[in-house]
Amino acid sequence: MSLRVDQDHSRFKQIVRGKIRQNLRRFISKGELLGRQGKETVSIPIPQIDVPRFRFADKQGGGVAQGDGEPGDGLSQPGQEGPGSGQAGSGEGQHILEVDVNLQELAEILGEELELPNIEDKGKDRITSQKDRYVGIRRVGPNSLRHFRRTYREALKRQIASGSYNTKQPVVIPVRDDMRFRSWRTDHEPVANAVIIYMMDVSGSMGDEQKEIVRIESFWIDTWLKHQYQGLEARFIIHDAVAREVDRETFFRTRESGGTMISSAYKVAAEIIEQHYPPDDWNIYLFHFSDGDNWSVDDTLLCIQLLKNRLLPAANVFCYGQVESPYGSGQFIKDLEEHLTDDDRVLTSEIRDRDGIVDSIKDFLGKGK
Amino acid sequence: MPQYALNTSLPSYLRDEQKRIEGYARSYGLDFFPTLFEVLSYDHINEVAAYGGFPSRYPHWRFGMQYEQLSKSSEYGLSTIYEMVINNNPAVAYLLEGNSLTDQKLVMAHVFGHVDFFKNNFAFGATNQGRLPDTGEPIRKWIDAMANHGAVIRRWINRVGIEKIETFIDDCLSLENLIDPHRPFTRPAPPEEPSSEVYDKPGEELPRLRVDRDYMESYINPDEFLEAQRKRVEAEAERAKSVPEEPDRDVMGFLLEQAPLEPWERDVLAVIRREAYYFAPQAQTKIMNEGWATYWHSKILTEHAASGDEIIEYADRCAGVLATAPGQLNPYKLGVELFRHVEDRWNKGQFGKEWDDCDDLALRQTWDRRLGLGRDKIFEVRRHYTDVTFIDEFLTPEFVIDQKLYSFGFNVKNDRWEVESRQFEEVKKKLLFQLTNAGNPIVNVVDANHHNRAELLLRHDHQGVDLRRDYAEAVMRSLERIWRRPVEVDTIVEEKRSFLRFDGNEHTVRTD
Repeated sequence: MSLRVDQDHSRFKQIVRGKIRQNLRRFISKGELLGRQGKETVSIPIPQIDVPRFRFADKQGGGVAQGDGEPGDGLSQPGQEGPGSGQAGSGEGQHILEVDVNLQELAEILGEELELPNIEDKGKDRITSQKDRYVGIRRVGPNSLRHFRRTYREALKRQIASGSYNTKQPVVIPVRDDMRFRSWRTDHEPVANAVIIYMMDVSGSMGDEQKEIVRIESFWIDTWLKHQYQGLEARFIIHDAVAREVDRETFFRTRESGGTMISSAYKVAAEIIEQHYPPDDWNIYLFHFSDGDNWSVDDTLLCIQLLKNRLLPAANVFCYGQVESPYGSGQFIKDLEEHLTDDDRVLTSEIRDRDGIVDSIKDFLGKGK
Repeated sequence: MPQYALNTSLPSYLRDEQKRIEGYARSYGLDFFPTLFEVLSYDHINEVAAYGGFPSRYPHWRFGMQYEQLSKSSEYGLSTIYEMVINNNPAVAYLLEGNSLTDQKLVMAHVFGHVDFFKNNFAFGATNQGRLPDTGEPIRKWIDAMANHGAVIRRWINRVGIEKIETFIDDCLSLENLIDPHRPFTRPAPPEEPSSEVYDKPGEELPRLRVDRDYMESYINPDEFLEAQRKRVEAEAERAKSVPEEPDRDVMGFLLEQAPLEPWERDVLAVIRREAYYFAPQAQTKIMNEGWATYWHSKILTEHAASGDEIIEYADRCAGVLATAPGQLNPYKLGVELFRHVEDRWNKGQFGKEWDDCDDLALRQTWDRRLGLGRDKIFEVRRHYTDVTFIDEFLTPEFVIDQKLYSFGFNVKNDRWEVESRQFEEVKKKLLFQLTNAGNPIVNVVDANHHNRAELLLRHDHQGVDLRRDYAEAVMRSLERIWRRPVEVDTIVEEKRSFLRFDGNEHTVRTD
């Protein structure tokens, strides 16, 4: 049913969407965005659009309320503290309005904002998946698939035809021949498979801030690629001097120390690809984040070899993001550029700080690979 | 529009309840407009609530925003709307379809409290559109008025375009709190008669006191006196030239008269201003209004309307309404308790000189003259007071202790909100501050020819709290767009007198 308010409502949503677009950069840089990540939607806390009026400065005000507590006690009410809590106690506090943006929509907005091209995948026609659809009826099958209405109808038909149906006592009893079951057909659909392999340097020089940047950037890359591929898989590898595969949680949480051997991660990635993801069937995306400080020149050369021989031939693209850290030398990106400059599957990007995330995403995904 | 053809009239069992509750309410002496109840589904009630209770208003995105919030919070079960009632004659109230019978009864009783308040509280007199000549009943056809406003603005949207109108509405809404709630009660000043001939021609001759004998001249009209007279005449002449003559709190009204507006701008501004004045009494009497309605729903339900098996549900609902949270003032709770406190005091005779002079705590606690004046008193209070005067007059130290009232503020050192004090004076001061001008800063327009360059000067009546800067600047941008000349606000920023200025391009600050 349509409501009169619908028009105003959609106008508001347009404004909010416009707000998301204009301020997308700001929102991407907010870590809290990820804290409210649901299964299919992301709640973006959008401050209610306030009509500006002359009003009192927030923290000089205060007010009166009822309840327990001694002078000097804090008022520990969520929503009471922090910026934007408004003039507390004035009855209607300022609410934070959360607008649920569907991941699909978010990805579209992201794509539009960053002018990301749609990705051209490889091997779409070669790969198919099977899907079962319940489309028909048959006479045999498990009880769990019994079609009650059809069974009842058959039994009723039979009883009426045979004259055993009694309108005074309309009991219908199906016999084996009356039973009808749902049946399925298996369809083959072409699919595009994709896997992202994230690698992160967790050596001592990568601080919390650096990891937060990686976390945010990975989220947006994930969102975009998920928008492009159904059933996107993700694998995570962390490394210091040795590398191991971990789950998503560990990937973003771990803080290790010690040296850095980037080649170890590339070896693990190559093994994963060789075991699970034949390049003919899979679109493979490799992302590596590091502060660019590798253990030795030898190891760097080994990395280049690994990339050239094992990783790049299999991958759609290899993205290297270098997060600026106070400890790292930042040499690795230069080495990569020097040795692999002519390979357009290699994309590199330097991320100075949170505000650099957006540009870096654009560096990686802007080519449509 | 088909959805308004919905049958929203009451089912018969609710009509019976309405009659019964109306009867109880009248038996207590409540005096209300005829009240129409309608039953709405939850999305319709959210819609109507988003429009501030009026089913047809002008189109604006903020109604959509309110709808979004209301529907989200009802979908997630955060809150539901129990009652909505419109100050209109006849009053219109909405019930939510699917509420339990107990809830519906509670709402009806509550609504009669509100409508009695609308009809009888003096502040709501400002929303009268006249009186019927035969009965003297006030005319309040606001549902029609709001629909007309909607029609006016829709018509302009069709001619001028939604973007322009909406932007201008946003500008006007920024000024929504710049009205003078007392204006409806002040008579327009009669044209001033010149007190003497001489006043008209300042400079020619100064007004002197009459002297019968010439030699007394220098004693009766000494030089100092003449000098003072001359200054007064000059000031008077200066004032006559300035626009506005007196500082004007009705900034919207002032702009409506003086700003160079297009016809459509004038219409839009007039609509926003009229609606702001309509809603002002509700902001001025939030505590009293809710307190009064709560007082009566609890009286009516517990003494008559609720049956034995409904009383638990009623109590549960009522407790929810009266719940308090740290840092938040619940107007229902404060209002009803203060009304009960007043009733109790007047029943026991705890007022007057003898009571005020009594310092004996024990005596005060057991003080009971059995006057039984409480009921009459609260009816009188509901007629003659607004929140500010209500608190000012009836808040007592006993009440503050009883109700555990405290004042709170932000402690910069600890970076958190903290309880500041439970002292009567502190609490009262803060509460009154919070309620004065419905919690809005008081801003007057003082000069429309500031700097002798047709710039607009506003003065913030600083009461110890600064203006929020970013908001103030946004408002000034709106003002500049309406006034079409630079705008200045005379205020205090961090204890320094400052003039915030916006000239159409940039914001500057000048301090003295």
